[in-house]
Amino acid sequence: MLLAVGSLAVIGATLGSVLGIAARYLAVESDPLEKDLQELLPGSQCGQCGYVGCGQAAVALAKGEAPVTLCIPGGKAVAEKLAKRLGMAADLSGHKDAEPVYAVIDESKCIGCLRCLNECSTDAIIGAPKQIHTVLVDNCHGCSKCYNTCPTLAVSMNKINVNLNDWHWQKPKLRTKRTKH
Amino acid sequence: MKTFHVEGGIHPEYRKERTQENAIVALPMPKILCLPLKQHAGAPAEPVVSSGKRVKKGDLLAKPQGAVSAPIHAPTSGTVVDITDMTAPHPSGLAQKTIVLRPDGKDEWGALPPPIENPFAADPAEIDARVGWAGIVGLGGAAFPSAIKFGLRSKKPDILVLNGAECEPYLTCDDRIMQEHADEVVDGARIMAHALGVSQILIAIETNKPAAIVAMTVAAAGYPAVVVMPIPVQYPMGSEKHLTKAVTGRETPAGKMTADIGVVVHNVATARAVREAVRFGWPLISRVITLSGAGLTRGMNIKVPLGTMVVDLIEFCGGFKDGIAPQRLISGGPMMGHPLPSLDVPVIKGTCGILALTKAEINEQPAGPCIRCGGCVSVCPCGLVPLEMAAFIRHDNLEQAEQIGVRDCVSCGSCSYICPSHIPLVQYFNYAKGKLNAADRDHRKQERLKGLVEGRMARMEKQRKAKAEAAATAAAAKKAQAAATAAAAAAAGTATAAAPPTETPKASA
Amino acid sequence: MTPFRHDDRSGPFTHAPTSVRDTMRLVMLALVPATLFDAALFGWPAIDLFTVTILSCLAVEAGCLWTQGKPVLTTLGDGSAMLTGWLLAMSLPPWAPWWIGVLGAVFAIALAKHLFGGLGQNVFNPAMVARVALLVSFPVPMTAFVPPKPLFTEVAPGFLDSLSITFGHAFQLDGMSAASALGMVKTELSRGIPASQSIETTPDLVHMLVGIRPGSFGETSVILILLGGLWLLHKKVISWRIPVTLMGTLFVLGTLFHGINPEHFTSGLFQVVSGATFLGAFFIATDYVTSPVSRSGQLAYGVGVGGFTWIIRSFAGYPEGMAFAVLLMNALTPLIDRAFRPRTFGRTRSGAPLPQPPRTMP
Repeated sequence: MLLAVGSLAVIGATLGSVLGIAARYLAVESDPLEKDLQELLPGSQCGQCGYVGCGQAAVALAKGEAPVTLCIPGGKAVAEKLAKRLGMAADLSGHKDAEPVYAVIDESKCIGCLRCLNECSTDAIIGAPKQIHTVLVDNCHGCSKCYNTCPTLAVSMNKINVNLNDWHWQKPKLRTKRTKH
Repeated sequence: MKTFHVEGGIHPEYRKERTQENAIVALPMPKILCLPLKQHAGAPAEPVVSSGKRVKKGDLLAKPQGAVSAPIHAPTSGTVVDITDMTAPHPSGLAQKTIVLRPDGKDEWGALPPPIENPFAADPAEIDARVGWAGIVGLGGAAFPSAIKFGLRSKKPDILVLNGAECEPYLTCDDRIMQEHADEVVDGARIMAHALGVSQILIAIETNKPAAIVAMTVAAAGYPAVVVMPIPVQYPMGSEKHLTKAVTGRETPAGKMTADIGVVVHNVATARAVREAVRFGWPLISRVITLSGAGLTRGMNIKVPLGTMVVDLIEFCGGFKDGIAPQRLISGGPMMGHPLPSLDVPVIKGTCGILALTKAEINEQPAGPCIRCGGCVSVCPCGLVPLEMAAFIRHDNLEQAEQIGVRDCVSCGSCSYICPSHIPLVQYFNYAKGKLNAADRDHRKQERLKGLVEGRMARMEKQRKAKAEAAATAAAAKKAQAAATAAAAAAAGTATAAAPPTETPKASA
Repeated sequence: MTPFRHDDRSGPFTHAPTSVRDTMRLVMLALVPATLFDAALFGWPAIDLFTVTILSCLAVEAGCLWTQGKPVLTTLGDGSAMLTGWLLAMSLPPWAPWWIGVLGAVFAIALAKHLFGGLGQNVFNPAMVARVALLVSFPVPMTAFVPPKPLFTEVAPGFLDSLSITFGHAFQLDGMSAASALGMVKTELSRGIPASQSIETTPDLVHMLVGIRPGSFGETSVILILLGGLWLLHKKVISWRIPVTLMGTLFVLGTLFHGINPEHFTSGLFQVVSGATFLGAFFIATDYVTSPVSRSGQLAYGVGVGGFTWIIRSFAGYPEGMAFAVLLMNALTPLIDRAFRPRTFGRTRSGAPLPQPPRTMP
């Protein structure tokens, strides 16, 4: 009897202190959710999600006010990561990546007003006052801000076509032996 | 010399007998040559001619662009008729910029750089420059610019391995080159070794090419540094890292190059092209390719000017057998080659064969369920577990596929070849690798954009601060002036003796 | 010129002349000698049961496929259901009643295979699941072995008699039954008779090797099973790893403990030649779907099956442990696959890139 009580007490004390130590040393300081989410977002502040920048988008995501699919440049990959971090099972099978686009300035319409240049968050547009502007395709993330601001409708958003360097094999299409139904 | 064991691999039906005995014949100059600007690994070349320009054989048509690239020269004399988008000899069937040249039939050489008289006394840098100028790329199929591999001298390699394995079924062009031009290949290899500062040359040839082994051994007889090594017939022996393991016993660490373990590997045909560039000043304007497959009337080994259309080659071989289009048209070997979209695509530097394959040869069956036979595991030369990787990729779980090594896969195709359920394993891996690379590219772009955005924000912040400061200064100045005026007015108001002028408050910075 | 198909499928554009169907056929072909021998040894009732079992397996497979909307005929044609039925029949007592075969088919095909997702998806060997389920549920008919009654001898039942044995109640347990060698030793041991003594009453080595002994239909002839197994090895359908490690482990453990205590443990040789050891080693444990895929994994698996078999035979209540051992190791197969990966080229076993060897500069 005494032995049983004693051993139980020892076990209880040991486990209790283990838990206590664990609680102290493995404690999570604060919820780093917003910060983590912001890390996962591209950080190019394009505003295509409808929030001012990635920071604000992260806040909205953390509050559950925005869907994980909000980030257009990030596409499915970012959506998956966000869903994982938020611990939710997002069904992304139906989600299609928005096709990446880039801005092109029609030189015959550009009046060199600099408005697009001032809007561009990645400095992808080069030009000087009264000079025709051009877009550095590699730096453009397709946010369409210049498209929306151009007074002469000289900016158009074009699809980025697959080229020989980017092309890769598609996933095999399973031709199952299923014949009927 | 001793060869070393390499794990895995398969023994496919080689079907080389169709062309093995056929000597290399030269193709009569075709009526039109189409030279794509990207015939090599790396950035496409940039045209230096415009349409209408008359060029001579060997003249520069396009210059290299960027660090990894190669120039393109005119394969014969004639007129540039167009620079336009044309279907690339690539499985995507996408278009790419192509220089169209109409030969004039005279085949006149243009001005060539002088031959390097004694290459073994020449400065290695001079040979590098010549190889780079000649636009030589790896002729085994990967088409990596050779001049860059010559730069591996800095890693102080000690062995040059000449790859004459030709482990792909059907292909016999390297075999024929070794049989017919053994001396040139050995000479080219010695030039390469000199340029690399390497003392030993190992020429690896699979034992299913006895005539080539004999010819090369004879050619190498006078040079103790050159050793011909017969190696076992085992696909994919021609893979650079596996060949290195087989002939030197050294295993290249993942993510490194063979040069990191002291070995540089070049193809036999590349060695010959290097010799011609060094000794004669000829750029790379033609190559030997194998035309084979049961869908073709005759199999041949042909010396072809670059830019020759595949349709002209097929015609030269007597057309398709019985006029029936084959199931697939393949560029390269059947294991690692890729399908061609049409006959109207040109031969480029990396094309080592054109195969017209029939349904029976391909033996493609609908994929069934995996029965976990483990065949793919035992044949994988990279020590991977293909069935597991494919299962992950099928569910688009690329992260886990990467963890278990899909990026270590060399896409040799052994697993797909052996699979009793005919699962297109390699296609899964090609897909996964393509997708992972695309994700990497996107990630790099995002990182760069992030930097740009941060840079811009910092600049804007600075501008804003500067503006604010300027405004503050201006405001302060205004205030001071107002104070001064007020003081002056007050002073005027006291009507006493002339007061000393009030100190103008300094604008605090 | 019409364009060629080009972006639908990457290489290779050649393929070994292999298929699932060919593999299954080779295995069945390898089973033929042992099956014919035991068919002759145990006569018509055994042939009836064999036929019933295989036909039931085919019928259950067809039913499962049909309900799932999968093509019936092409999948039946791959031979996997027939092979399962064949192996199941070979692990049943030869004179068992017809419903044993039918129930076994339901256990094997419906329960063990299709509920897990069909061919290639099952975790456990279907034939062994069926055998174990039957053994646990119906211990009496599943341990009722008969002494050899070769066809066309006086003791053998005729075809009509056989129908009443398989489909009726003519099989009287008393007088007709005989114990398998393993069963005999176990029973005697439980009665306090040491193994060294009871082993005297079991068939001698020659009978065991040739296969003239009581036992499951198909497992008796060591020599003919070995013949089929060697042929499969030669055809590269199976590898040596599982059979050799399995029997090796069994032999080593048997010999070791027999040396320590011959009163309780039978010899290694007896362990290897008796029961279902050979059939299990060459045909059951080597089942592709339920065994590990890597070479080192197969070695571990073979050792495991051999070890568990010996433990069950020596210490558990059942005389034969092969089926249980196979199922136990089946459950461990996913773990073994994870733990025993081959070494990736250019990497260490742990997956890190190989260290760059120090080079002596010339």
